[in-house]
Amino acid sequence: MKIGVMVNEGPYNHQASDTAYQFVKAALAKGHQIYRVFFYNDGVNNATKLTEPPQDDRHVVNRWSKLAQEHGLDLVVCVAAGLRRGLVEDNLAPGFRISGLGQLVEAGIQADRLVVFGD
Amino acid sequence: MDLDEGASGVVKKFMYVNRKAPYGTIYALEGLEVVLISAAFDQDVSLAFLDDGVYQLVKGQQTRGIEVKNFSPTYRALEGYDIEKLYVERESLEARGLTEGELIVPVEVMGRDEIVRRMEEQDVVIAF
Amino acid sequence: MLHIVNKSPFEKTTLASCLAHAGPGAAVLLIEDGVYGATKGNAVEDAVRGALGRTAVYALAPDLEARGMKDRVIEGVKTVDYEGFVDLVAEHKTSQSWL
Repeated sequence: MKIGVMVNEGPYNHQASDTAYQFVKAALAKGHQIYRVFFYNDGVNNATKLTEPPQDDRHVVNRWSKLAQEHGLDLVVCVAAGLRRGLVEDNLAPGFRISGLGQLVEAGIQADRLVVFGD
Repeated sequence: MDLDEGASGVVKKFMYVNRKAPYGTIYALEGLEVVLISAAFDQDVSLAFLDDGVYQLVKGQQTRGIEVKNFSPTYRALEGYDIEKLYVERESLEARGLTEGELIVPVEVMGRDEIVRRMEEQDVVIAF
Repeated sequence: MLHIVNKSPFEKTTLASCLAHAGPGAAVLLIEDGVYGATKGNAVEDAVRGALGRTAVYALAPDLEARGMKDRVIEGVKTVDYEGFVDLVAEHKTSQSWL
């Protein structure tokens, strides 16, 4: 099954990104296809390469990048939400790309399911 | 309207469920931005307003004092984007002491059972 | 339809609103702080037990465990792991996250 995912909260402040990550990992393990992960609202902050958590904590950003690399995930950051919050190409972490909100609607159309994680 | 103009000719039923008040958080505004974009995809789009979401539609919003953009007039522009299905839950209005006449845009006020029935018809539900 | 709730019922009215909108055949999945709504011996237990007659209620086990709530789950609420979460999404045509 093709599953689209939307992440609407930033890392560390809220569990949404952690839950989305665990959900995506489990979906891939079960043989589903992740059509796209779309980052919106403060969720765009999951894509900044400037993130440096304490060493004993999980690295939310790198974890997404690594999963994208391993599974060819399409991680899309909303351009308008990103600009509002200072997330641009210069500080974009590997594996993410910046695009328009249409990518979310398109995921809703093309995927069999859309699951939203937020506050 | 030509329903084959969408990305792939697929027409799905999208419902955007608005449950949050404006200004206190950005969800109502950025939710509205998704709604406007989705108009370009020729999908079957509806908006439901329930719980604090009904506060988004209250007439007379004046945001000069908080220096934040008043986006409430945008709801009146939705018709121009062919987004005409605006459903407001009667129970949510009544719980907040609001009436249909106090809303900024024409809507269909309906009971919770009818909102539920329409929610369950959808292919995609995104709640803000 | 799968309804997903991630708010503590003691902080927000989200769970009450979700349960009021969960039609026959719907399932409710409690995740993150929402899992407190799956526990017994508190002021919202009766509301959740009442809903169990009409709708299936699930709670995400890793979130229960993280919060020390694993042994307090109301009888009749089923616990699932992340793979079970994926299965619930696959089994229902639509999901709605009550954010």
